[in-house]
Amino acid sequence: MVYEVIVDGKSHRLELEKAGDGWVCRLDGQLVAIDAVIPRPDVLSLLVGGHAYEIKREKTASDLHIWVGSDCFTVELRDPRSLRSRQKSGGDETGPRKILAPMPGRVVRLLVREKSEVEAGQGIVVVEAMKMQNEIKSPKKGVVQKISAIPGAAVNPGDVLAIVE
Amino acid sequence: MFKKILIANRGEIAVRIIRACREMGIATVAVYSDVDRAALHVRKSDEAYATGPAAASESYLRMDKILDAAKRSGAEAIHPGYGFLSENAKFAQACADAGLKFIGPTPHAMETMGSKTRARQQMEKAGVPFVPGTSRGVASAEESEQAAERIGYPVMLKAAAGGGGKGMRLVHTRPELRSALESAQSEAQRSFGDSEVYIEKAIVNPRHIEMQVLADEHGNTVWLGERECSIQRRHQKVLEESPSPIVDDEMRRRMGEVAVKVAQAAHYTNAGTIEFLVDQQGNFYFLEMNTRLQVEHPVTEITTGLDLVHLQIRIAAGEKLPFTQSDIKFRGHAIECRIYAEDPDNNYFPSPGKITLLLEPSGPGIRQDGGIYEGWTVPMDYDPLLAKLIGYGSDRRQAIMRLERALAEYFVAGIKTNISLFQRILGDADFQAGKIDTGYLDRWLAKTDPAISTFSSKSDVAKTKIETPGAQSLEKIAVIAAGMFTVLDAAAPAKDGTAAATSQAPSHWKQKGRAEALR
Repeated sequence: MVYEVIVDGKSHRLELEKAGDGWVCRLDGQLVAIDAVIPRPDVLSLLVGGHAYEIKREKTASDLHIWVGSDCFTVELRDPRSLRSRQKSGGDETGPRKILAPMPGRVVRLLVREKSEVEAGQGIVVVEAMKMQNEIKSPKKGVVQKISAIPGAAVNPGDVLAIVE
Repeated sequence: MFKKILIANRGEIAVRIIRACREMGIATVAVYSDVDRAALHVRKSDEAYATGPAAASESYLRMDKILDAAKRSGAEAIHPGYGFLSENAKFAQACADAGLKFIGPTPHAMETMGSKTRARQQMEKAGVPFVPGTSRGVASAEESEQAAERIGYPVMLKAAAGGGGKGMRLVHTRPELRSALESAQSEAQRSFGDSEVYIEKAIVNPRHIEMQVLADEHGNTVWLGERECSIQRRHQKVLEESPSPIVDDEMRRRMGEVAVKVAQAAHYTNAGTIEFLVDQQGNFYFLEMNTRLQVEHPVTEITTGLDLVHLQIRIAAGEKLPFTQSDIKFRGHAIECRIYAEDPDNNYFPSPGKITLLLEPSGPGIRQDGGIYEGWTVPMDYDPLLAKLIGYGSDRRQAIMRLERALAEYFVAGIKTNISLFQRILGDADFQAGKIDTGYLDRWLAKTDPAISTFSSKSDVAKTKIETPGAQSLEKIAVIAAGMFTVLDAAAPAKDGTAAATSQAPSHWKQKGRAEALR
């Protein structure tokens, strides 16, 4: 099995091959002695050259997080043989930016109107969750193109609240 | 003693009270809202009754429905926990009217302490120390100057009708006073329709220290030591400890005696907490009384060896306190971390949702009071407290070491938590030296906000990491782990049980179940 694994923007070539009870691992061409078991779902006990690590896996709607101890790495795992190439959306400072609900909650009120000019960091929408009102802020300076949040409506994480261009 | 108690609460505190009842051989009745049907407190109780929709105002705050559940179940007493109806004198009265014992103070004591002005009048009579000030509006600039001279700068101007920081001004020197008074008065007029402004001594960088008291219904009141609660984020406590790093035996005794005086002046019964502001010289001033069990009660339980919930129930059942003040001894040090469902990397936004993985710490010197479990969906409708992690040891240093160890064991996936915040606080030199005040955490977070600096929690944690020479970089470990998860998942598709049962033979579970039923 050959994987392309991307961590913090850096790509690694990982080869894993079954050999008897264990696995032969090559990381970026280098042979690494490993042993791994999954004692419970999403937990991996990994031995690498005698060093022991407890690894936790967290899958979110958009990302795969691998926790090594208290350190979290956002990892993208690709099978280079497959043609599927994932396109990362957005991050562009110049184009329109979607403002997404960061958590489930309820829209309390709108702080701006469509077509109004906003500064980076200016509050756009207030979403309430867990007894706290949270201002969702604009990621950039620009003009509010569209507000899709409706006061009183429930929102889920990743829902588009507004678009700023 | 009661045979059955209804717990009018949810989350970790409901579970905490259910546990105490079980220990005492008392049956428990839970109430729950629609979104809490699968909550831990319902699972742990002997009986449970639905009270309505998710919104607290339609479920946990519905006195009629809770009293109805008590009646249906035959409960003799109601424990309100904290929050919700716990400090509602009307509810305490309604319980009494329905022939139910409210496990807490009397409605009258609650009302006395619930109103700031009435509390202050009562306490002034009892000789309790307050922040020095005029207590009444100042009539003129001259009067304000005289008052400020007498109190000593810096002073705080406060709108009598105020709240939320409106009509408040901090004044450091005499020349600033007149214009500050004018602007505070006009702001008060605009905000509250009342320009009355009074002067109080400004307590710069105060500490928030509180004293636990217990009073039975036979006139016995004792104090159980202080809790240092200065670690707050936006006025919300996040970490508490006992003892306070700055309170010595003599100060503890003086605070305790004042607290007992406060409780007695209000004819207080059951568990209560007197909050003090403490200035940099160690003077303490009465702030308010919380007429309920506090979130942070475990640190007092650990340092006194007492179970406050047991004692609350025994007091409510009419028993006398089983000890006197001189029997109470303090031992060791305890620190509590409030584990909240919030995202430290995103402005501490609330983070409700499904817990996909939960690894909980245990071992020496660790207590955990939780209301969660793996697979549960944390609802968005209530406060974000998931659990309380308490570390204790023979001294403060050991308590910190144990908490750091336990936090490294603690892992919650699916939702965000503030676990990493505690790893940072406990590793901070000022915290370790006990140099804290109520502004400490907000100042420190502003300084180290990940959004405005390159501060990374990684570097902080690395300090405490045990060096392992020759080890691979953690990034490479993550790469290997990601691959191994994938190949092992593929190698053992039935491991999680989803595809395990086939129709060819009865499942092992079924066989096992049958075998056990035969025994």
